[in-house]
Amino acid sequence: MGKMHVKLTVNGRAVEALAEPRTLLIHFLRENLDLTGAHIGCETSHCGACTVDLDGKSVKSCTVFVAQANGADIVTIEGIAHADGTLHALQEAFRQHHGLQCGFCTPGMITRAWRLLQENPNPTEEEVRYGISGNLCRCTGYQNIVKAVLAAAHELSAVKEAAE
Amino acid sequence: MIPASFDYHRPASVAEALSLVAKFGDEGRVVAGGHSLIPMMKLRMANPQHLIDLRDVAELKAGIRDDGGTTLIGALVTQAELIADESLARSCPILREAALQIADPQIRNCGTVGGNVANGDPGNDMPAVMMALDARFVVEGPDGTEELPARGFYQAAYFTSLGDNRILTAIRIPHPPTGHGAAYVKQKRKIGDYATAAAAVLLTRTGDRCTFASIALTNVADTPLFAEEASRILVGCTLDAATIDRAVAAAEAITRPSSDGRGPARFRTKVAGQMVRRAIATAKARASG
Repeated sequence: MGKMHVKLTVNGRAVEALAEPRTLLIHFLRENLDLTGAHIGCETSHCGACTVDLDGKSVKSCTVFVAQANGADIVTIEGIAHADGTLHALQEAFRQHHGLQCGFCTPGMITRAWRLLQENPNPTEEEVRYGISGNLCRCTGYQNIVKAVLAAAHELSAVKEAAE
Repeated sequence: MIPASFDYHRPASVAEALSLVAKFGDEGRVVAGGHSLIPMMKLRMANPQHLIDLRDVAELKAGIRDDGGTTLIGALVTQAELIADESLARSCPILREAALQIADPQIRNCGTVGGNVANGDPGNDMPAVMMALDARFVVEGPDGTEELPARGFYQAAYFTSLGDNRILTAIRIPHPPTGHGAAYVKQKRKIGDYATAAAAVLLTRTGDRCTFASIALTNVADTPLFAEEASRILVGCTLDAATIDRAVAAAEAITRPSSDGRGPARFRTKVAGQMVRRAIATAKARASG
């Protein structure tokens, strides 16, 4: 039961490593790659703090073995901001609308919302609530998180329209 | 919360997967989406020495397609893919309605329909839906392919008639009757929770008279339950309050729930009855006739 050779793309960067197949993706990201943005919350696939994007889909990285992710394209919260360091519209909106208090759930929330807005660029409030229902926040009561996601959707649509 | 060590295998075909399953026997486990098995491995309730990941087996990802008057769903179709299928939502809407009540978006991106029905967890939602639909599970093994009726598949919690050295490759669902109404109604404490109780109902009617009915229950026994007597009571009768009361009582009578965090057994039996009542009302309203 040795280590296996894994190759992934993480935030656009090719990564190769030797890892035990049982290593959970969240541990691999945090401990092997020092990407500590995605958090370990419940470790039981309930809370969503560990949410990352895997091949274009939101997943809970505490419930994926790195062996299963071998060959996958991963995006974490570290890959969401623009290359020049300016914040993504979602990150900016969470700041503007106070979409966080302690901040523990925020990387998962934003990474999930980032994919949600690609799947559904103009969601209703209900669709936002349903779309982030796999992410728990114990501080905010969700109100400002939902507000921030809706504001970001509005902002991104305006930018897209201006570009067209 | 780190599982015990295992060797990882990623077969590319059903034949290769079956040979690995046969080779490792009790020391091997197949994994699809992993959202039932990985939590069990973390708790050391499952301890496979060899994990056989089916994700690259193209035959199992054959999607959702029509096959001679039935719908065939590949075992590796995820809940999210099932939800996204517009044609399936038209021909068999109860599947989307049930899938939308399973777990949460991230988990539905991983969790597969095949895993949900093959795992044998009485908390899973798809087994009762498949019983109501009279689906058949296509399994492949060393002796070839066999189709097992969902209604006879579940023996006890995590114990099914899948058999040794076999893999569930697809689910075959007969087209529900034209004009049918269906509903999957689930009570749960929160998003992502298993049902306190849930009911799947399909029916057809001419006016108020029920011409076909099929009822099944989730998480109120150590297996999903096909409520045969409750279904029979509705057929041929007017869907009036007294008839529905009798069907609800018949459904409640077959439940054997455990008392747990979701409530005492007697409460869960009554919740099951309420879920049946609501599902009948919704299915009736949705049925054309």
